[in-house]
Amino acid sequence: MEREVQRVRAAFGSGRSRPLTFRRRQLEALRVMVQEREKDILAAIGADLSKSEFNAYSQEVITVLGEIDLMLEKLPEWAAAKPAQRNLLTMLDEAYIQPEPLGVVLIIGAWNYPFALIIQPLIGAIAAGNAVIIKPSEVSENTAKLLAKLLPQYLDQDLYAVVTGGVEETTELLKQRFDHILYTGNTTVGKIVMQAAAKHLTPVTLELGGKSPCYVDRDCDLDVACRRIAWGKFMNCGQTCIAPDYVLCEPSLQDLIVQKVQEAVKGFYGENVKESPDYERIVNLRHFKRIQSLLEGQKIAFGGEMDEATRYIAPTILTDVDPGTKVMQEEIFGPILPIVPVKNADEAIQFINEREKPLAFYVFSHNSKLIKRMIDGTSSGGVTGNDVIMHFTLSSLPFGGVGSSGMGAYHGKHSFDTFSHQRPCLLKTLKREGVNQLRYPPNSQSKVDWAKFFMLKRFNKERLCLLLLTLLGVLAAVLIKAGYY
Amino acid sequence: MSAISEVVQRARAAFNSGRTRPLQFRVQQLEGLRRLIREREKDLVGALAADLHKNEWTAYYEEIVYVLEEIDYMIRKLPEWAADEPVEKTPHTQQDEAYIHSEPLGVVLIIGSWNYPFNLTIQPMVGAIAAGNAVVLKPSELSENTASLLATILPQYLDQDLYPVINGGVAETTEVLKERFDHILFTGSTGVGRVVMMAAAKHLTPVTLELGGKNPCYVDKDCDLDIACRRIAWGKFMNSGQTCVAPDYILCDPSIQSQVVEKLKKSLKEFYGEDAKKSRDYGRIINSRHFQRVMGLLEGQKVAYGGTGDATTRYIAPTILTDVDPQSPVMQEEVFGPVLPIMCVRSLEEAIQFITQREKPLALYVFSPNDKVIKKMIAETSSGGVTANDVVVHITVHSLPYGGVGDSGMGSYHGRKSFETFSHRRSCLVRPLLNEETLKARYPPSPAKMPRH
Repeated sequence: MEREVQRVRAAFGSGRSRPLTFRRRQLEALRVMVQEREKDILAAIGADLSKSEFNAYSQEVITVLGEIDLMLEKLPEWAAAKPAQRNLLTMLDEAYIQPEPLGVVLIIGAWNYPFALIIQPLIGAIAAGNAVIIKPSEVSENTAKLLAKLLPQYLDQDLYAVVTGGVEETTELLKQRFDHILYTGNTTVGKIVMQAAAKHLTPVTLELGGKSPCYVDRDCDLDVACRRIAWGKFMNCGQTCIAPDYVLCEPSLQDLIVQKVQEAVKGFYGENVKESPDYERIVNLRHFKRIQSLLEGQKIAFGGEMDEATRYIAPTILTDVDPGTKVMQEEIFGPILPIVPVKNADEAIQFINEREKPLAFYVFSHNSKLIKRMIDGTSSGGVTGNDVIMHFTLSSLPFGGVGSSGMGAYHGKHSFDTFSHQRPCLLKTLKREGVNQLRYPPNSQSKVDWAKFFMLKRFNKERLCLLLLTLLGVLAAVLIKAGYY
Repeated sequence: MSAISEVVQRARAAFNSGRTRPLQFRVQQLEGLRRLIREREKDLVGALAADLHKNEWTAYYEEIVYVLEEIDYMIRKLPEWAADEPVEKTPHTQQDEAYIHSEPLGVVLIIGSWNYPFNLTIQPMVGAIAAGNAVVLKPSELSENTASLLATILPQYLDQDLYPVINGGVAETTEVLKERFDHILFTGSTGVGRVVMMAAAKHLTPVTLELGGKNPCYVDKDCDLDIACRRIAWGKFMNSGQTCVAPDYILCDPSIQSQVVEKLKKSLKEFYGEDAKKSRDYGRIINSRHFQRVMGLLEGQKVAYGGTGDATTRYIAPTILTDVDPQSPVMQEEVFGPVLPIMCVRSLEEAIQFITQREKPLALYVFSPNDKVIKKMIAETSSGGVTANDVVVHITVHSLPYGGVGDSGMGSYHGRKSFETFSHRRSCLVRPLLNEETLKARYPPSPAKMPRH
């Protein structure tokens, strides 16, 4: 493991990832890989999550292709030095922020969107000029094996290495030194990753989880709301970090919501959901059993059917859920939708705030004031109002958590910035020493007074003004020295 | 519950009350801070003089004025920074509202350092208050006069529950670090930085770590040595070398070494006179431990100037070392004292190689009239920040974020970056409940055949 990381670090040290042309070529090669090997990629994802080609394409591959295109288009702009606003004393100097690569980045992927959650961060890390070690989740083993095979065929083999394996290998890997670690997964392992990173003072981006609440207001179009909620909840069989975890609504809406979600589910997957090619399966037996246990003692309004042999769990809705029960204690990450009745929006806000900050917050209402009030009154990684999931798809919005749901963010420019060091540079000349005279010892009260005059004034003006003040400064220094003050 | 726990819980309850949310409240608190500085300047200077032998000039010009500037800037810009920030939309989100909503994180812990004990505690606090957080301050116990002054006067000017000061040593700091915070900003050494991040990891608390390193200062043969050396001397010996962005050591061609020494000496005499011990403007080492540490670095070195010290007053003379061996102790740790080693290198390339073989420093300095030299040095090294042809001053520009990279730190602050560091930038996409037609394509059932694409 150590040798592998050394090799990658040496490749970074060679400097070949610095030129933008090199990074472009790697991104273009990645694009070619996704296009040429699409069938293999879709098949691997399909094998891991019983996902149809169409779903694998529309949920994962499209996102990746979009990100590559965006990065290629914007790379010159994002990698360029950004001029910074100067103050009075630096008006004639060059001041800018220069993005530079960090070095060797570690990306630890998750199993639920095993392709996108590795490749999307990878795109940003490559664009920012880093070397990257990729550790796909072993739970989605087909995708992991495929990535280990494909990436070296298309990308620079020394700069971008895939490491596969389970807990043991990941633990070994985390002992090594990286310049940034991006981890997608659960809160518990997130803590372990950060502790390992602390030993090397490695900054981290942690994309974790939580229970993303979904408040449904009485003043909304329930047909539309329930269809959108059902879509986001049951995609990938509920195994989405930003799926609406549970619904909060007034008791009078509960039955209607059940009915309309049920209708939507029928519309999506047909009468016999098990036969629908669009409905996925739980990734492994451990998670199957975990989700199964969440149903104990619950009022099942709809669904509940399970088949351990195929790890099938039907789209399920629970009503009148007691917040103290197990299903409300952990992130469900499955196709179970609890409805927790609350009196009103205020009680919903209170309920949400008593709990850990979630990765996403959803609110459905025609009343935009209510939406704003609920956003203001709560906190979460991100928000979509009147829909679910979609804030993830706009790359100008940083995607990340807060509190237990994570730290840092990525997507689009936020990826580029996350994987760069934004280095402030101030370039002065050895001339105009006059401006500096006031700062040198020996000091006196009059100097303090002059400094107060200069430093607490703010000007956005041109050279003339600065020259005038420089002269005043020099004059002041001369007069002080000559003992006039 | 321990006393420390109670203080933190009280701050959290105060935050949860919601009173920091309105901008007027935050501005009021910042104005309170400004009044504190104006009304209690004498007390502040007194504390800084007792801790580090600062005088009204050095205290003001090197610490206090930057906090005042930050407060003014923050008050002026707060409405703009706190407002929702619209973002670029795509064709499929044209009908939606898409913006980044800045919100407070909650309870922020700021652990200050002893070298600029006022500035390094209060300047971050300005950003944390502006962003709407409650702030727990833990000033460094080494600068004890400033620490106890802050504990006395802050509650007189600021909301007492929201912004408590906790004082104490290692034991108290360890206690504080067991509590849960929503962000921790720590200024100090790399070793303690690791401890802070480990503690933060238990609660998944994001951190900003302002650490240190050995800031190299490359002096090109062709530059105006008078000016270069004056600027270097100013930045190196201010606060008796106890500045995280001080030029730690000089790299230069052997042919100019003696000139550099001469000109440094000349500037030092202008600044502090023949005997710096008598100068009001020359600082003292913070405590005996650091005094012994810095004096110890002189062992076996070629002292070209200075080299004396007085343990009772913790005075160390401005000292220059020549022909320093990179393996010697003075080149193994951050000097953080008035000792300036000069190491000879034969070329820019050798200097770059020397720098890149070592940990990324907090600052990098390069003196040259040749823009190409400067740009090459910047392009082939890394550091928190850079000033070319001067030292220290890049941290005084609001629009340049102040922070390290690698062992010198993570995250940054100052100006708008402070506001962002202490905020959660929450992505918001608000759609209408209409236009369901346009979304039909995303719902199952999927088409029988994969469409061409």
